[in-house]
Amino acid sequence: MILKPRLEDIKNIGYYLGKVIIGLGLTMLVPMATGIAFGEINPALDFLIGAEIALIFGFILAKLCFTEQDLSWMQGMLVVSLSWLVATVLGAIPLYLSGHWGSYLDACFDAMSGFATTGLALVQDLDHLSLAHNLWRHLIMFIGGQGIVIVALSFFVKGATSAFKMYVGEARDERILPNVVHTSRFIWLVSIVYLILGTLALGTIGVFEGMKPLNAFFHGVCVFMAAFDTGGFTPQSQSILYYHSLPFELVTITLMLLGALNFNLHYHLWAGNRREILKNIETRALFGAAVITFLITAIGLNQTGAYAQAASLFRKGFYQLISGQSGTGFMTIYAQQFFNEWNHLALAGVIIAMAMGGAVCSTTGAIKMLRVGVIMKAMLQDIKKIILPDKAIVVKKIHHIKDIFLEDKLARSALLITMAYLCLYGLGALVGMWFGHPFLNSLFESTSAAANVGLSCGITSVAMPTALKFTYIFEMWAGRLEFMSVFTLIGFIVSTFRGK
Amino acid sequence: MVKKVHGLWFIVCGFIFLLVTNCYAQPISSTELINNAKLYDGKIVAYAGEAIGDIMARGDFAWVNLNDGQNAIGIWMSKALAANINYTGSYKSKGDLVEIVGVFNRACPQHGGDLDIHAQGLRKISPGRQVTEKLNVSKRNFTLVLLVILCLVLILRQLKNP
Repeated sequence: MILKPRLEDIKNIGYYLGKVIIGLGLTMLVPMATGIAFGEINPALDFLIGAEIALIFGFILAKLCFTEQDLSWMQGMLVVSLSWLVATVLGAIPLYLSGHWGSYLDACFDAMSGFATTGLALVQDLDHLSLAHNLWRHLIMFIGGQGIVIVALSFFVKGATSAFKMYVGEARDERILPNVVHTSRFIWLVSIVYLILGTLALGTIGVFEGMKPLNAFFHGVCVFMAAFDTGGFTPQSQSILYYHSLPFELVTITLMLLGALNFNLHYHLWAGNRREILKNIETRALFGAAVITFLITAIGLNQTGAYAQAASLFRKGFYQLISGQSGTGFMTIYAQQFFNEWNHLALAGVIIAMAMGGAVCSTTGAIKMLRVGVIMKAMLQDIKKIILPDKAIVVKKIHHIKDIFLEDKLARSALLITMAYLCLYGLGALVGMWFGHPFLNSLFESTSAAANVGLSCGITSVAMPTALKFTYIFEMWAGRLEFMSVFTLIGFIVSTFRGK
Repeated sequence: MVKKVHGLWFIVCGFIFLLVTNCYAQPISSTELINNAKLYDGKIVAYAGEAIGDIMARGDFAWVNLNDGQNAIGIWMSKALAANINYTGSYKSKGDLVEIVGVFNRACPQHGGDLDIHAQGLRKISPGRQVTEKLNVSKRNFTLVLLVILCLVLILRQLKNP
């Protein structure tokens, strides 16, 4: 029997949702201040309007639904899934008011793309966008990369029990420190330290490469946020190609890889346990996957003769591949070049890399390397069981921070999420083909959206059909939250109508 | 008579040369160049667009990105040519609209495989300018209305929950 949601459920959800919205409204004051500082009056007003609407909505919701109860698992999941939708709708307000987005749906598309750290964009005339709006595009990636709810957890939520349920709902199932609020704060600490170092590195390179100092450091902070949070937005329409700089590409590759690592691993590295990076199943799988997919891509590019020099082939192939594997979406080629100059083999390498992604508890999307590693090990274990005598007992362990016995339950859970991702990639590809795009193009774009990558072969554009825009928004949302929160929301809606 | 024939040949050859070298004299759009990169690779092309972002000096040369409204393409040019550009496009300025003639590279061997153009000549089509921002009165009024509502919500929140 399905139970109808109670008023208590709605109040609990509304209260925590209100807190998240208040947090979002306060965050909009950062680009507003930037607008004022740089004399961008109308952009500053756009953010003031956005902040006011968010604060009004948030305060009313928190007041009407005031509660002191802890969240149940279902409520925690619902708070997360709804927070991401509401943040998208509210976060799109200042974008739409700027006049650089063709419709409110386009602004919502970019807001979801930003929060989910995807990087697909429908912005128009990006090269004339204000600094305030550009900062917001990148700031939402920074917030989304840490987790919208984690931002609220760090500053507004006191109860650790409720906090943990929302933390898990946001696709982070690993606690680095015993208390989840402390874990959230540690994630912030790591990000802020890298923010300072990354901005300094990129800004300095920018100055040496001929940019004006102010521009160089503004680009530095924006590109850092998009790289470390594996987002993929850039302040200029040419993505990383704008800079025409090898040092800039090398630093962004480093940042993308750092963003693709598990925050738990960062903690152990910071604590001096450097051997963990060599022993961890995730980093091993990530390294192995990057080598194999790069080989596939390189062979493909070599077949086409797209790049006459080996150095160019490596620079273009490796950059696009790491950008895809880490789920960032930075590009040093034009979207059309993927299909005009890369052959199917080279594209397959990038699609496989995008589909697998980085580490769990990182800012990347997709299936993730821990699950890939677990599935591979489980498969090997099963093959051994078949080969060895019936009475032989095969015990397999994996090393992820600590040694873990590879049980069926673990393998099943990894396989389920993997299946869900594969279905999502396929579903988006089908919708793409429905609108007349070739299979490989559709699969490329769908995988890019669902795995929160942001590489585009040109399907994503202002002119694409509304249904396709909604499909990609759904894929970005479901892919980022790793399904459970989304399934819970669907179940909640069903129980509202069919429950007793 | 022989001199006349030579002269005629000279004119014909000169005409063919001009025809070949100027066959891309009309500016080609960025989309056309990117979509047919193999066709234009290594050829002299004309391309026009607004200078955007930074003029990034690199030794005796500079990178200027030109946006024709469809895409932006990086142009590698001498510092002397780049000096003709006074405004580059951003939120606060409209960049100079320039036309360049140069060698198009699908995957430039000098620049790590970038798709770019090495400019040989530059002509300013129209100068850029600073953009003066005017206050949007409707936005300002809407902001004030929302501010009043927000204050009311905060006051009511305090009154009911002292």
